[in-house]
Amino acid sequence: MAGGIGSGPGKSARTYAGFGVTLILPAWLVIGIFLVVPIGIMLVYSFLTKEFRGGVIWEFSLAAYDQFFFDRGLFGDDPPKIEWTYILIFWRSIWQAGLATLLSLLIGFPTAWFIATRPASTRTIWLFLITVPYWVNLLIRTISMKFLIRDNGPLNTWLLETGVISEPIHLINTWVAVQLGLFYSYLPFMVLPIYAAVERYNFALSEAAADLYASRFVTLTQIIIPVVKPGIIAGCILVFVPSLGSFLAPDLLGGAKNFMIGSLIDEQFKGAAGNWPFGAAAAMILLSMVLIVLIFYARSQNRQEGA
Amino acid sequence: MAESQGAIAVGIDDVTKLYGNFTALSDVSLAIHDNEFFTLLGPSGCGKTTLLRCIAGFEDISKGAIRLYGDNIADLPPNHRPVNTVFQQYALFPHMDVTRNVMFGLLRLGRSETEARARAGEVLELVRLSEFADRMPAHLSGGQQQRVALARALVPNPKVLLLDEPLSALDLKLRQAVRLELQQLQHETGITFIFVTHDQEEALTMSDRIAVISDGVVQQVGSARDIYEEPDNRFVADFIGETNLIEVSVAEVAGDNAVCTLPGGTRFACPAARGAHSGQGHLSVRPERVSLVDPSEALLTGTVTRLIYLGTDMHVDLALADGEPVTARVQNSSQTTIPAMGETVGLNFEEGAARLLVD
Repeated sequence: MAGGIGSGPGKSARTYAGFGVTLILPAWLVIGIFLVVPIGIMLVYSFLTKEFRGGVIWEFSLAAYDQFFFDRGLFGDDPPKIEWTYILIFWRSIWQAGLATLLSLLIGFPTAWFIATRPASTRTIWLFLITVPYWVNLLIRTISMKFLIRDNGPLNTWLLETGVISEPIHLINTWVAVQLGLFYSYLPFMVLPIYAAVERYNFALSEAAADLYASRFVTLTQIIIPVVKPGIIAGCILVFVPSLGSFLAPDLLGGAKNFMIGSLIDEQFKGAAGNWPFGAAAAMILLSMVLIVLIFYARSQNRQEGA
Repeated sequence: MAESQGAIAVGIDDVTKLYGNFTALSDVSLAIHDNEFFTLLGPSGCGKTTLLRCIAGFEDISKGAIRLYGDNIADLPPNHRPVNTVFQQYALFPHMDVTRNVMFGLLRLGRSETEARARAGEVLELVRLSEFADRMPAHLSGGQQQRVALARALVPNPKVLLLDEPLSALDLKLRQAVRLELQQLQHETGITFIFVTHDQEEALTMSDRIAVISDGVVQQVGSARDIYEEPDNRFVADFIGETNLIEVSVAEVAGDNAVCTLPGGTRFACPAARGAHSGQGHLSVRPERVSLVDPSEALLTGTVTRLIYLGTDMHVDLALADGEPVTARVQNSSQTTIPAMGETVGLNFEEGAARLLVD
């Protein structure tokens, strides 16, 4: 419940503070070595000069960022002109990821609710069923989806046979296909945190709301959703962030027209056409976007806790 | 006292509640009067909370009717019933401060923000919580949370207030203080209270009338005095306070009186509960009504098996000739002689102190 966590007396935590540092050290080391250092390397590389056939020359340069944002650079004689190609790719990534998050929430919330309200003995089975498809590698699942939705694939064949449509829906290489891929890839990341929140939800609160003349809709919007909000937000972050940087779905299902930031970065590190500093710069810009979103979230949480 | 003979606030008519094959409530009928402090008392699992939840609308009933001032409300959803509930674990909305919690019901009833806020302020004053109006529920003590729950349920001015063991989460001292407050609040507001508890002391001290419930059946309804002094059956006698159940053979029952033979062979006449019949039966005698006398002038004789010193009283456990236990509670005064362990003593009680029960 909001506000409930961490409000207990932290006596033992304070008494054993020295011991606590020792315990947390391994976690700090892991985060340091596998998170902070690689991001640092990435940051440094984004400011280096490109070497043909991949790699970098150790020479400071803003070329990568310049290439990302400007067609005619800041350093030329003519007035600078914005390069829209990459900003557009970025924008497409944001709305695709946002839409995938929204869709996952709309489907994931009722699913999580359904599972959490089953008898305790069957909940595990439902959770298990949710995760079963994810035992198969993401690449294979994405390729399978490509076969399912192509013009003469099973989906169109079935819809044609049942007479729902008269000619095949062209899905492959459209933004809809990318959307389907993203939504399908990350749905469990929405379901699981919401499930955890709903499972802890005290259903007496819904009864109390009904007792105080609240309709079902009011109970949902004013009691249930605010109380399980931490789970909803965790789910949204867990879907939005990987969707934003995803490259499998846009690559395999979207084709050249539906390029997303993940694919752009991916390309920079592949083969001769690569440009490491540019890839690193794009990754840093993506990271900054994610951080800004997370900081706003943390801020709003703090404000609530303080109230 | 059963003096409130006003209109019937809540009428429970032949209510049965089934969960599959399990009968939670079996043909329960009760008439709860306007402005009454009415308690549903029974052991856990007896159906008292189920009955309260049926009145609130959280459970459907399988059969019967629930009337609120004459209108059958059994088919209405909870948000259309003009009753409010104080929940056992309070169920305060954790994301709203105290004022917001209390305002909730009024806003749902379409009151304006200003009006709801003003009215919440008044009720918070009534429960002495004004200074905590801006706190979040997690930052309140158990007793304070309980009062918020009470304020939240009182603020829409319900016709009937349902209280589901609201004191069970409080510690003993606080519980005793809140009892008095609740009683006073009921008098001040004039709202009918239906109070669920498994604590007989709570029930006896607070209620105008009590319904003793066991196994989904109402065993007896009456004032605290009625059910303590004149229990109808073995369950009620045993559940309310302490009692001695003495096995007797009943010669005859005529109206409210019975003639029976005590274990020692003495014939004894005493009041009988409605429905008692001849044959084997049990007398209920409260320990404080048993006096220790010389065996020659006694109704029963027994040997002392245990002595428990309780300060103001002394508990004397005895075994009758057939081994049946009997307890006497004697005042700790200079006039009483306390028997020794193993001593054979006589037991006496007045006719009016014993009561033949329905088994």
